[in-house]
Amino acid sequence: MNKMPKWADVALIPVINLILALAVSALVIAYIGENPVQAMKIMINGAIGSAYGWGYTLYYATNFIFTGLAVAVAFHARLFNIGGEGQALLGGLGVALVCLAVPWPHWTLALPASVIGGALFGAAWAAIPAYLQAKRGSHIVITTIMFNFIASALLVYLLVNVLKVPGSMAPETPRFPEGARLPTAYDFGAWLGFTRSAPLNVAFFVALACCAGVWFLIWRTRLGYEIRAFGQSEPAAVYAGIPPVKITVIAMLISGGLAGLMAVNAVQGEAERLIIDSVQGAGFVGIAVALMGRSHPLGVLIAALLFGALYQGGAELEFEIPAISREMIVVIQALVILFTGALDNMVRAPVARLFSGFGKGAA
Amino acid sequence: MDLNTVLQLLDSSLRLATPLLFACLAGLFSERAGIFDIGLEGKMLAAAFFSAAAAAVSGSAWVGLAAGCAASLSLAALHGVASITFRGNQLISGVAINFLAAGLTVLIGQNWFKLGGRTPPLQGDARFQNIDLPLASTLESVPLLGPLYSQVLSGHSILVYVGLLSVVGSWYVLFRTRFGLRLRAVGENPGAVDTAGVSVVGLRYAAVLICGLLCGLAGAYLATGLSAGFVKDMSAGRGFIALAALIFAKWRPWSALGACLLFGLLEALGNRFQTVELAGVTLPTQLMQALPYILTVVILAGFVGKAIPPRAGGEPYVKER
Amino acid sequence: MAAPSAAPAIELRGISKAFGPVQANKDIAIRVERGTIHGIIGENGAGKSTLMSILYGFYKADAGEIFIGGQKTEIPDSQAAIRAGIGMVFQHFKLVENFTVLENVVLGAEEGAFLRPSLAKARTLLTDLSREYALDVDPDALIENLSVGHQQRVEILKALYRKADILILDEPTGVLTPSEADHLFRILHGLRDEGKTIILITHKLREIMEITDTVSVMRRGEMTATVKTAETSPTELAELMVGRKVLLRVDKTPAKPGATVLDVSDLRVTDDKGVERLKGVSLNVRAGEILGIAGVAGNGQSELLQVLGGIADATGTITLNGKPLKLSGKDSDGRARRAVGITHVPEDRHKLGLILDFAAWENTGFGYQHRPEYSHSGIMDNAALRADTDGKMERFDVRPPHNWLAAKSFSGGNQQKLVLAREMEQNPELLLVGQPTRGVDIGAIEFIHQRLIQLRDEGKAILLVSVELEEILSLSDRIAVMFDGRIMGERLPGDTDETELGMLMAGMDGKAG
Repeated sequence: MNKMPKWADVALIPVINLILALAVSALVIAYIGENPVQAMKIMINGAIGSAYGWGYTLYYATNFIFTGLAVAVAFHARLFNIGGEGQALLGGLGVALVCLAVPWPHWTLALPASVIGGALFGAAWAAIPAYLQAKRGSHIVITTIMFNFIASALLVYLLVNVLKVPGSMAPETPRFPEGARLPTAYDFGAWLGFTRSAPLNVAFFVALACCAGVWFLIWRTRLGYEIRAFGQSEPAAVYAGIPPVKITVIAMLISGGLAGLMAVNAVQGEAERLIIDSVQGAGFVGIAVALMGRSHPLGVLIAALLFGALYQGGAELEFEIPAISREMIVVIQALVILFTGALDNMVRAPVARLFSGFGKGAA
Repeated sequence: MDLNTVLQLLDSSLRLATPLLFACLAGLFSERAGIFDIGLEGKMLAAAFFSAAAAAVSGSAWVGLAAGCAASLSLAALHGVASITFRGNQLISGVAINFLAAGLTVLIGQNWFKLGGRTPPLQGDARFQNIDLPLASTLESVPLLGPLYSQVLSGHSILVYVGLLSVVGSWYVLFRTRFGLRLRAVGENPGAVDTAGVSVVGLRYAAVLICGLLCGLAGAYLATGLSAGFVKDMSAGRGFIALAALIFAKWRPWSALGACLLFGLLEALGNRFQTVELAGVTLPTQLMQALPYILTVVILAGFVGKAIPPRAGGEPYVKER
Repeated sequence: MAAPSAAPAIELRGISKAFGPVQANKDIAIRVERGTIHGIIGENGAGKSTLMSILYGFYKADAGEIFIGGQKTEIPDSQAAIRAGIGMVFQHFKLVENFTVLENVVLGAEEGAFLRPSLAKARTLLTDLSREYALDVDPDALIENLSVGHQQRVEILKALYRKADILILDEPTGVLTPSEADHLFRILHGLRDEGKTIILITHKLREIMEITDTVSVMRRGEMTATVKTAETSPTELAELMVGRKVLLRVDKTPAKPGATVLDVSDLRVTDDKGVERLKGVSLNVRAGEILGIAGVAGNGQSELLQVLGGIADATGTITLNGKPLKLSGKDSDGRARRAVGITHVPEDRHKLGLILDFAAWENTGFGYQHRPEYSHSGIMDNAALRADTDGKMERFDVRPPHNWLAAKSFSGGNQQKLVLAREMEQNPELLLVGQPTRGVDIGAIEFIHQRLIQLRDEGKAILLVSVELEEILSLSDRIAVMFDGRIMGERLPGDTDETELGMLMAGMDGKAG
């Protein structure tokens, strides 16, 4: 029964799931009265057909790596963190406070500080749902969703009443000092054709480092071992002397911290100020990314690149074909979650049968 | 606060509680049968859109209601296929349905009406009109009870009364019929139902579809009763609040009514008093708006007593050897 | 066609069923005569439960035919089985815990769409049935408040309420005290005398000899023999079950007990429902001896292991080599217990002892992930874990010897060896062992027993919990019997027998009785 080779599990099935999701998306586009093939062409071309496209694709991908890793780490502890959105919002607050607090002389000093600020605030926002789940069994799915709403209300309050530029109507913080500005793709990659408009910045490398870090954490450290063991079986973890409350809280703190780091890219790297909705659904995209990437950092990286391309391509698509609005991306994202997450067995069972059929044929 | 304000508050509490109540009862059927459903939100949103769209086109709120229920039922069936037939993760399926609804409603809305995802505003019969209960004006003069009857209970759209009747209906179906006995059993121990020769799959699908129907009513009321048309993301977390109300109500219909009225009151307070002064400190609007969400967390934190969910909840049923 | 009365109640012909590569049933043929008690005996995994699941419509046989009362019958689902007059009492009861007895009996067999008339009708019928067969239960009691013995009666009533003529019971005495089992047997005799046919599935020879008229033996998916119970003997049946001569006793020299290692006094545990599970347990284990805890499942043995292993909190005192252990709060968890030299082979290796999706080598470090040989400054030493696993697999003869295989890919016996290797090779002061041979094939049982004796002879203290009286009698140097959260008494294996232990297990003082 478990005769399916590993490559089929980690690559073939996700690819089939993705194709199914895209096929249904194509049907939706066809229903709207547009040509799916042409739409696909525009998307691919817009996402990766030019240095301009890459500058955005990789920028979005950076966001999704952070939020995808956040969901993935929680998944390893069998916790479903839907609160990436709120944690990233709070991460933005942390980053903004760090950037505004000190007249930073150089970005190499500002970056480590904002990384800490973003991670701390994101982790703090995950801490309460984590504690309530661990100690009182409050359903973390619902509490983290509620914390998304509360975070958004909190941010509105702070931006309108506390942080905005005095005298200005716009609910946003002042622009960060020049010393906190992160080098963009133009600064370090002009020779690749990146232009000034590219939002891609050094936070991308922070994201890559986080992929490596999460891989090391999950598969090489004792904490990762304990997180995975706890995620597989809580009673067994208790038997092995692994404290459930501690692991739940730590896993969620790491998860929230990773989500908070997204702000280094979006708030410090791109907007260079804190605005009302700095996350724009990236927290939710992280769920699709983690599911598609099978909660493995490498898978998350690939899935994040894919979704980055989808977002950039989708923006181009909206520009070229106004009938297809931005919500198309949300639909595709929903279908990816549906097919890779909830309907996984629909594909898995026939594929497994196929392989056991081959096995019998060979024997 | 004078009596009139109180009456108005109670009146809008009841109105705001109605979509929560439908959604909460929807979740009640689903979870009592052992299927978690965090997709209440998405089903409600889809129903809101399709009911508003159909009502706008046909001019009839009833046609809208049917369309809304059909949309919600389709998503419920999808949840059933994912979580019952393919034994997928029920939480993930619910999340997918929420996003699907959030995306599709705006996408299709824009395609149909070109109003940025809204539907045209509904007028006349395209909305459910408020109806006066019998003798409302006659009894008005009776002290206390009179105004309560004529100003709070009377004068709502038909769906509000359907909602109240659904509480009685749900209670009766769950606790007084064969179907209810089996449905409750399948959420506690599907093995017992299976060995008794009753189809676990059939029961769970039935529960999920009832859930879809009730979410359809919730969404239709939202768009064609409470408001006059569909606006992007108009469910605004009500599906999740309904789940919290369900836990608060310990999966019981009558308590669900109470819990939803409480949340309705909270929302009514937030709407009425944009800012509140409490002991010299002005509470900001945002806090008032976040109040239902905060209360949800407080309730889930179990500060109001421990709730025991149906024992087989969330687990796909696999026959053991 | 033969006269209906002569037709057997059940006849199976050529039943086969495979799960993937595993052939659970091979060409099974059996005749069960009407109005008899027919035993089916066999080891774990012999295919008894699969066969009965086919008969009850849970599985579809790959091949073969079923005849009920001489009629060829298709049984695609439980509904069909019920219609054919078959009732089943599962090993794990299929009852809704927070429903009443009446509601459970009626579930699925209601008279109409409305509950009240159905329940009223059922109440009368239920009262009649309980009186007729001495199946005394309160129809309005909640299942969760009933003892297991009473819950089992509800299961039997459920079947009778559905007018079952053929009653299948799967390992019905596993959770019963000897006296409850006797009561059950009287009920079964009564049912047989009323003309019902009963199939009793068990792995206990004594029950077969005591109650059945005919017995069929299964081994590795095949029906090896069907004999009249009166014409056979336990030894013959045992050999038929196992396929060779069985060593019923373990070879061992007398123990040479040393100093007291574990001293427990007045241990009390209350579970999260507020029920007191341990009611003042006191015992001690010395170096170089095996203390066996006998008892029917659910009388506090699990809680005792959990407290000693650091899984559950308790009050009272426990000392290890004279040093007191903490029983709640900080430093009372599994890690602290392992640190002082208590290792634990848990009763349920699937739920506790192994992470089934982890590779064998990852499971080697499970519970010992803090040991310096497996991790340094927070980083796991995977190479060391793999190397250690290879050695353990060789020394404990784990097959297949691939450290990268997931734990779930091993057979029950080999999984148990993985756990034993991990816990026994940590040089423990005290080894806790729960149900060491549950779900383990005979070959592995002998191996495991020898290893436990060997560890004892190295001077280690061992606390053994088992519901298999034979295992307790053959391994232990001293036996303590638990009943209802208390130690009923201690005996030496040479000075006692199954009868006396059985009395103690039922809560009766063996001497006085």
